[in-house]
Amino acid sequence: MSDWKKIAPLGDIPRQGSRVVEVEDGSIAVFRTSDDQVFAVRDACPHQQGPLSQGIVAGHTVTCPLHNWKINLESGEALAPDDGCTNTYAAKVEDGMVYIQL
Amino acid sequence: MQKILKQRKLMKEHLVLVGNGMAGVRTLEELLKLAPEQYDITVFGAEPYPNYNRIMLSPVLAGEKTIDDIILNDRAWYEENGVILHTGDPVVEIDRVKRKVVAESGLEISYDRLLLATGSDPFIIPVPGSGLPGVIGFRDIADVDAMLEAARTGRKAVVIGGGLLGLEAANGLQRNGMDVTVVHLMDILMERQLDKLAAEMLKTSLEEKGLKFLMGTQTAEVLGEDHVTGLRFVNGEEIEADLVVMAVGIRPSIGLAQKAGLHCDRGVVVDDTMQTYDPRIYAVGECVQHRDQCYGLVAPLFEQARVAANHLAKMGIARYEGSVTSTKLKVTGIDLFSAGEFNEEEGDETLILQDPAQNVYKKLVVKDSRIKGAVMFGDTMDGTWYFQLLREGTDISGFRSTILFGQHDLGDAGHGDEIRVAALSDDAEICGCNGVTKGDIVNAIQTKGLFTLDDVRAHTKASASCGSCTGLVEAILSSTVGEGYDAKPSKKPVCGCSGHSHDDVIAAIAEHELKDMPAVFERLEWKTPDGCATCRPALNYYLLARWPEEYQDDAQSRFINERAHGNIQKDGTYSVVPRMFGGLCTPSDLRAIADVCDKYDVPEMKVTGGQRIDLFGVKKEDLPPMWKDLTDAGFVSGHAYGKAMRTVKTCAGKTWCRFGTQNSTGLGVKLEELTWGSWMPHKFKLAVSGCPRNCAEATIKDFGVVCVESGYELHIGGNGGIKVRVTDLLCKVDTEAEVLEYCGAFTQMYREEAHYLERTAPWVERVGLSYIKQRILEDEVGRKALSERFRVGQEVAQVDPWKARAEGEAAHEFTPLKITA
Ligand SMILES: Cc1cc2nc3c(=O)[nH]c(=O)nc-3n(C[C@H](O)[C@H](O)[C@H](O)COP(=O)(O)OP(=O)(O)OC[C@H]3O[C@@H](n4cnc5c(N)ncnc54)[C@H](O)[C@@H]3O)c2cc1C
Ligand code: HEM
Ligand code: SF4
Ligand code: SF4
Ligand code: FES
Repeated sequence: MSDWKKIAPLGDIPRQGSRVVEVEDGSIAVFRTSDDQVFAVRDACPHQQGPLSQGIVAGHTVTCPLHNWKINLESGEALAPDDGCTNTYAAKVEDGMVYIQL
Repeated sequence: MQKILKQRKLMKEHLVLVGNGMAGVRTLEELLKLAPEQYDITVFGAEPYPNYNRIMLSPVLAGEKTIDDIILNDRAWYEENGVILHTGDPVVEIDRVKRKVVAESGLEISYDRLLLATGSDPFIIPVPGSGLPGVIGFRDIADVDAMLEAARTGRKAVVIGGGLLGLEAANGLQRNGMDVTVVHLMDILMERQLDKLAAEMLKTSLEEKGLKFLMGTQTAEVLGEDHVTGLRFVNGEEIEADLVVMAVGIRPSIGLAQKAGLHCDRGVVVDDTMQTYDPRIYAVGECVQHRDQCYGLVAPLFEQARVAANHLAKMGIARYEGSVTSTKLKVTGIDLFSAGEFNEEEGDETLILQDPAQNVYKKLVVKDSRIKGAVMFGDTMDGTWYFQLLREGTDISGFRSTILFGQHDLGDAGHGDEIRVAALSDDAEICGCNGVTKGDIVNAIQTKGLFTLDDVRAHTKASASCGSCTGLVEAILSSTVGEGYDAKPSKKPVCGCSGHSHDDVIAAIAEHELKDMPAVFERLEWKTPDGCATCRPALNYYLLARWPEEYQDDAQSRFINERAHGNIQKDGTYSVVPRMFGGLCTPSDLRAIADVCDKYDVPEMKVTGGQRIDLFGVKKEDLPPMWKDLTDAGFVSGHAYGKAMRTVKTCAGKTWCRFGTQNSTGLGVKLEELTWGSWMPHKFKLAVSGCPRNCAEATIKDFGVVCVESGYELHIGGNGGIKVRVTDLLCKVDTEAEVLEYCGAFTQMYREEAHYLERTAPWVERVGLSYIKQRILEDEVGRKALSERFRVGQEVAQVDPWKARAEGEAAHEFTPLKITA
């Protein structure tokens, strides 16, 4: 049911940046952190649906561009003191290609 | 033996704190925040209590608070943080060779680092009989207990010393029903904090409360056989007493350090890193002498604590550079405040407001338009404001005539951030960005025990966005948490990733030639691997401003607006604003814009206040092709989205307007050609008006020119926005060439010295108009150099970002990825 989808070469995503993947029911933001790991989360902030893909990435968190909530990319959860969660999807890099599991 | 050695190697380093008081424990708190795992910590305290708030002993004595109320760190805190606490067991010896301390109980503990925070001892006047029972100081809980006990059995108390401590003791004893006389050597009460007039007003008020005073009186002998019965003075008179409180001063408690051979003078001598002459031993608090100063108030001690913690955590960068202190008397019903040097000297000016009917007195001592000292009696609401102006060296010339009436009288035009928060209702909105009210903030501070601006930001979001309400939030914090904790460091760190202030970072980038972000992180020992959304944009800016030709701009450290070169709107679309130099345009310019709007279905257009046209509702993918069309028609980006030079607004000017004195539009175009494309600490706007009627509103711009018959007036530091600030007049010049030179110099000075996200208005207030005048007007060589540096930076900066992106740069920003398999 849920299978790995090939997205793009890792190099297409800037370090400490993200790209957006359009899927049927919305957008998924695929992040590449400074240590070259990849994470996929729904591109909507738990606060007011801000586009997380447009935020600043530091460590394994992204700061939402609208009101500065910080979201943990591993869990999709907002860091304290904020409270909320956005969907995450499994993501991996194999032979230089990025895959996400839908 | 072998085994012990091995075990020790596995153990963490051992830190021993001698003195379980306010400065010492504060240092531990700061240290635990920075490096929780670095040390095993042992604390020795002479008193049988965990750390309590010594400054609240006065309210305890007065019956307004209990001991439980004033405990700062209960025993559970020590346990939770793995700190071993020995109370009621003073350290009696430090063996610096064997690196161990010996306590009274015989306990011996070795240390790798030692922190001395032994505070001070009350000074007991060496007169006959001063050792009798019933003669005490006012320093700790035991003293308060003794006073309360005396109040139960005795009737008459004498307090020797009419300073802060003595008066608080006298007030407390009187509240406990004793008949209290204050004996003071001088003719003025609190002579170190008050001038004669304020002291007189204070004395009258206290007499009305029932205290008695013997001024100019020196004690010769304490009378009594096995308990005090009275005092005899040098003038031969005598007074009865069941209790004598000596509050004539404190002496740094240095006996232990002296015995260990540490260099001491009046206090234990430390350098700017709070290190004593033994590099393994640090010292903080009242026992310390730093740059010849000993302090007796908590605010400077907390600053020392922060610095010591930084060095104990081996971050090795913070410096303590001394403090200015302020004083408030904690006697309920009496409002008194003093700070700085309040007795005027030759060459100082004094501003005085005196209202005997209302018992109000305010005095400010001013030198070179800056506050040096303040004394206030009766109405002390503005004490913190004056103190802030004093510490920040703010130039007060702009609001000098009304300053004594307080900041509420200023509206928002004066010192940007302040209003009397105490007078605001709970539903008053403080942070407009995040819709946070005063009530929300007060509530969070009280229920969650918040102490710092960062805490409040984190929990309420107040001041977490644009930051324009920071001053208000700080004011609420200090009015809610109380005076004792108004210990905000004079330098604010950029963010939680380091302890460094903006100024530290700017200086380090220049001094150590740090040319990229990893270099900054390493040199300044950032605690996070790649910073955060607060410091990265700031660092990116500072690096760009300092090394325009070498630094590679880091797009991932920019806010989305600057990365996408458009303003992100509520619905995730973008706006596009092409630059129109000086607001001028041609029919073909307008036609090109109209064509672009048709082609990309732009839903709305608007003429902006900056005299150009805003195209709203553009989808992100459409940005590059649209930019291409605009670029082809000759437009460049208007940078309406960035911390950058925005627009030059002009009026009709001499060419058309019957009042015009100079070609304001032409000059506006030249200014815009000079400055466009420049990144700034914050947005930056210019305007040129053709005559003093000022139709282009040049006097609320960051840099405004008002043309007059004989030349050009240059105005700086204005601001529309939430808090309007009218510009300060910088100078008048004769030619357009000079306007351009001065503009370049001022702009560059702001770019190099302001903090990131600080607009010119608060910057000018912070550094002072006279400083800017000195750099731009008086120093011709410096001005030319600034202007030249601006020009060099502009050569690199004036590359149109739209054109680059239309040609494919950063394409990943604008196109989504496809699922390929
Ligand atoms: C009544 C009163 C009111 C005050 N009001 C104010 C105010 O309104 N505002 C303000 O800013 N400041 C006020 N102060 C001053 C403020 O309390 C001190 O500046 C501050 O507490 C000093 O901190 P410290 O850590 O240096 O010393 P302390 O807090 O005195 O801590 C030192 C501790 O070390 C212990 N000690 C000493 N020698 C040894 C040893 N050999 N072994 C183990 N332990 C040892 C002492 O018993 C003490 O507990 C007030 C002080 C008093 C007494
Ligand atoms: C002191 C009295 C003032 C006089 C006599 C005056 C006069 C004029 C005149 C004659 C013009 C027309 C120029 C032209 O197009 O031929 C003009 C334009 C204008 N004035 Fe004023 N003005 C005054 C004050 C102000 C003030 C205080 C403001 C705004 C704060 C203002 C804003 C404007 C604006 C926006 C324009 C249009 C400029 C443009 O679109 O280029 N004026 N003024
Ligand atoms: S500022 Fe003076 S010159 Fe410019 S339009 Fe207004 S009246 Fe005319
Ligand atoms: S004043 Fe400025 S910030 Fe406020 S709604 Fe208008 S454009 Fe937006
Ligand atoms: S929508 Fe993300 S913080 Fe508000």
